[in-house]
Amino acid sequence: MSDSKVSIKNLFKIFGGNPKKMVAHVENGMGKQELLEKHRHVLGLNDVNIEIKERHVQVIMGLSGSGKSTLIRHVNRLIEPTEGEILVDGENVLGMADEQLRDFRRFKASMVFQKFALLPHRSVVDNVMYGLNIQKVAKDQARDRAQRWIDAVGLSGFESHYPAQLSGGMQQRVGLARALATDAEILLMDEAFSALDPLIRTDMQNVLLELQDELHKTIIFITHDLDEALRIGDSIVILRDGAVVQQGTPQEIILKPVDDYVSDFIQEINRARVLLVDSVSTSTPKELSCQVESSAKIEEALQILNNAKATEAAVSMNGAITGSVTLEAMIEAVAKPEPSKKEKAYR
Amino acid sequence: MSFFTEFPTMERQALRDLKKGIDGSFRDFSREYGELIENIFHPLLMFLKWFQDLLVETPWPVVLVVIGALAWIGSRNWWLVAGTIAAFLFIGYLDMWEDTMSTLAIVSVATLICIAVGIPFGILMARNDRVQSAILPVLDIMQTIPSFVYLIPVVMLLGIGKVPGLIAVCVYAVPPIVRLTNLGIRLVDKDVLEAADAFGSSYRERLFNVQMPLALPNIFAGVNQTIMMALSMVVIAAMIGVPGLGVPVLRAISNQYLALGMMNGLAIVAIAIIFDRVSQSYGRRLQKHREGGHGV
Ligand SMILES: Nc1ncnc2c1ncn2[C@@H]1O[C@H](COP(=O)(O)OP(=O)(O)OP(=O)(O)O)[C@@H](O)[C@H]1O
Ligand SMILES: [Mg+2]
Repeated sequence: MSDSKVSIKNLFKIFGGNPKKMVAHVENGMGKQELLEKHRHVLGLNDVNIEIKERHVQVIMGLSGSGKSTLIRHVNRLIEPTEGEILVDGENVLGMADEQLRDFRRFKASMVFQKFALLPHRSVVDNVMYGLNIQKVAKDQARDRAQRWIDAVGLSGFESHYPAQLSGGMQQRVGLARALATDAEILLMDEAFSALDPLIRTDMQNVLLELQDELHKTIIFITHDLDEALRIGDSIVILRDGAVVQQGTPQEIILKPVDDYVSDFIQEINRARVLLVDSVSTSTPKELSCQVESSAKIEEALQILNNAKATEAAVSMNGAITGSVTLEAMIEAVAKPEPSKKEKAYR
Repeated sequence: MSFFTEFPTMERQALRDLKKGIDGSFRDFSREYGELIENIFHPLLMFLKWFQDLLVETPWPVVLVVIGALAWIGSRNWWLVAGTIAAFLFIGYLDMWEDTMSTLAIVSVATLICIAVGIPFGILMARNDRVQSAILPVLDIMQTIPSFVYLIPVVMLLGIGKVPGLIAVCVYAVPPIVRLTNLGIRLVDKDVLEAADAFGSSYRERLFNVQMPLALPNIFAGVNQTIMMALSMVVIAAMIGVPGLGVPVLRAISNQYLALGMMNGLAIVAIAIIFDRVSQSYGRRLQKHREGGHGV
């Protein structure tokens, strides 16, 4: 047994009249476009393998239509795969009987939806209580718990409003509170912050990070925003046309993008804020007056070097000097890579 | 050449035997089970009688107040309440009070039966496409077959009276509520249903927490249509012995009493309009949560 909380194995999803038959074509290398033109089937997911560790935040990224929502819906089996396996705590989600699956959804995995999907006929507090009602939590206890999360997402005072009376961002926060209220160990968040303005978005990211410090949930988080992904993700999967093009830690993806698709993806980010000194340091220790931590962000290290007017610094880890780093190396790492020449060949 | 000019029909004798056979076996059936079926419907008859007596025997001012109150509860509109009371006063003044009460009784009971039968069928249809395609043609038949045609077996089975009248009314009036319950449930937003599923709702929880409440405006439109159709059956029901505003209309037809016919006809129209307006504004209030905008 691995230490994975959720493991997704050889997952295929094909939409259309006879999906099973199409798997062979896809396995033989047929792409999304070709499958659509020749066989009128839509390739949703193509041989996806992801291991998600307990207490980790797994970010899923990719262009619109790359299969992110489709993938996350497989985890709680809102969509049945065409082929493949999904294990949660070693248990096969696809093998669960109806009652088991309901319990799994009630207690173990809760979800925030891209399109909010609030119950339009219920007030904010009743929406947030929905999962608790289904869990058969006593009324007043459910109300208290719902209230706590309504406060946490900053919607105090709107308890008795209906979703139609709220702005998009407020509705999204209701969806977030609804998912958090059930206390599930696994959180599935499909672009949960995409409708929020930058300020509230940062607030919500903080709420999530605090929550993560305290409760250590396993979170699968879809986003289009790379800075957000880097801020909260422990690891990132990048999807394209339903297939995983690269997965790894944010550092790995930024330093070694596997292809143009990925490098275009990471074009716009502030690399200094993500990359660690560790990634550019040499392993030859040097005694220098200027010192930086190996786990510091390059942005911080540059600040230190600039203040000391130094061009080179010793790199320390747990107080011991382990290497050195030059200003030049850091600037090189931070500089944007050339945009890909092959005019968006992947589109 | 007669093959082309004359439609090749079944042989005369065989056709007669076929019809006789059907009639005979249905007659045997009704002789065998007529009483049993009558007994089954007995409680319904008792209820209808009780309700009708209640309406007829309660002093008219009390009834008027209750009707006004119901109109207020339904519509929250004083104009509508005033119009309702004026219409009923006028009806009473023209000596149609008792018949109107009988009609109200049968229409109310028929509507209740239609709701009790129609909604479960609508739910079944929405749940399963096969059930839907089996029930839809039956509903088409119920709505298009001339009422007199199904009156024949009903009367053969149960004779003339209130219960067969009630059945005739219900057969005609139940389809809209079945259709609109089905439609309403099927129209519920898929995203919301998915969310209900994602939180582990069972079929029942999904139905009662999400589908029914969101289908309610449509179901209510069905109830409204059912009431209208039940009212339009009043005259035909009168032909098989249901008391009410239809009886004087029948008398007016056979005796060419223009004024009598018009008055009773207009009374039916007045009741229909009142029912319609009150139930529609109630239906609109059911959808209040859909209104956008901030603040309450
Ligand atoms: N029910 C369906 N039937 C047919 N095709 C579908 C269905 N659901 C999704 N697809 C297809 O699967 C692909 C992936 O869709 P998905 O919604 O997962 O994209 P996404 O990555 O979430 O995009 P976005 O960022 O816009 O939300 C798309 O090409 C879409 O057309
Ligand atoms: Mg999506």
